[in-house]
Amino acid sequence: MVTPVARGIEARDRSDMRWIWIDTFVDFVSGSRASAVKNVTLAEDHLHDHVPGHPILPPSLMIEGMAQTAGILVGEARGFAENVILAKIRVAEFEDYAGPGDQLRYDAEIESIDERAAMTTGTVLKNGVKVGRVDLIFSHVNQAEQTLGLPDHNFVFTDQFVDLLAEFRAGGPRGESGE
Amino acid sequence: MAPSRDEVFSKVRAVLTEALGVDDDEVSPEATLQGDLGAESIDFLDIVFRLEKEFSIKIPKGELFPEDILNNPEYVDEDRMTPTGLDKLKAAMPHADFTQFEQNAVVSKVFDLITVSTIVNYVEIKLEAA
Repeated sequence: MVTPVARGIEARDRSDMRWIWIDTFVDFVSGSRASAVKNVTLAEDHLHDHVPGHPILPPSLMIEGMAQTAGILVGEARGFAENVILAKIRVAEFEDYAGPGDQLRYDAEIESIDERAAMTTGTVLKNGVKVGRVDLIFSHVNQAEQTLGLPDHNFVFTDQFVDLLAEFRAGGPRGESGE
Repeated sequence: MAPSRDEVFSKVRAVLTEALGVDDDEVSPEATLQGDLGAESIDFLDIVFRLEKEFSIKIPKGELFPEDILNNPEYVDEDRMTPTGLDKLKAAMPHADFTQFEQNAVVSKVFDLITVSTIVNYVEIKLEAA
């Protein structure tokens, strides 16, 4: 007998791994800035594993959250014509941890962008208070370079992320007008 | 008025300490970016962006370091630059000091051309042209 749980696991195995560290966009201005939020919850296994007995979101996943926010901003700015890979973490500073019940907000801005790469600056807020700064460099990788053997999984966005943006623009859970 | 060489050096040093996470005193004029300061390829992009912002200049691809010359098989014979290749490289990099490199123009040493002074020279040339 196939239980609902087994069916769920089967469905999960068929889909891509859900490596999504932002829940929804709350602001998106094409080519300029984007903001996304993430609600931290005890249902996330890694919270229990990072520091046993003291559930916190690993700060590396806050960097990832910013990379996803800024990566979509950068990809969209050039019409998703190129793949975008996180090339360098220029700055990652955190003054506080985030735990269950906290809401993180990632505010990303494009500092510069051209055909080679993009630089972004970003602020991380916890429940509205600034707790960190994450500045990144993304490299644009075109189709020709892809054939050199760069792995697909390095790319920042998949359909899952494009869907997040589409949801915001459609006035999804927290989306306003998208403009 | 164009900034003095000391002012340019001081700003270049600040750019390099931020981009490469090195200490001020490591950024001597003769330090090579790759060998001495540990710069990797993506760091050069970071440095270019920071220099553009700091000095309000535009640095076109291949101007600070003309990698297309090295990628051209006509200019490289096995592990060495051909005489024509070396001439091309010198013409393309008036900001670099070729005294050492000319003695033994092996490709593996080409990044030694990019020292802190090379960057300062380049910025000075750009600022004069502006």
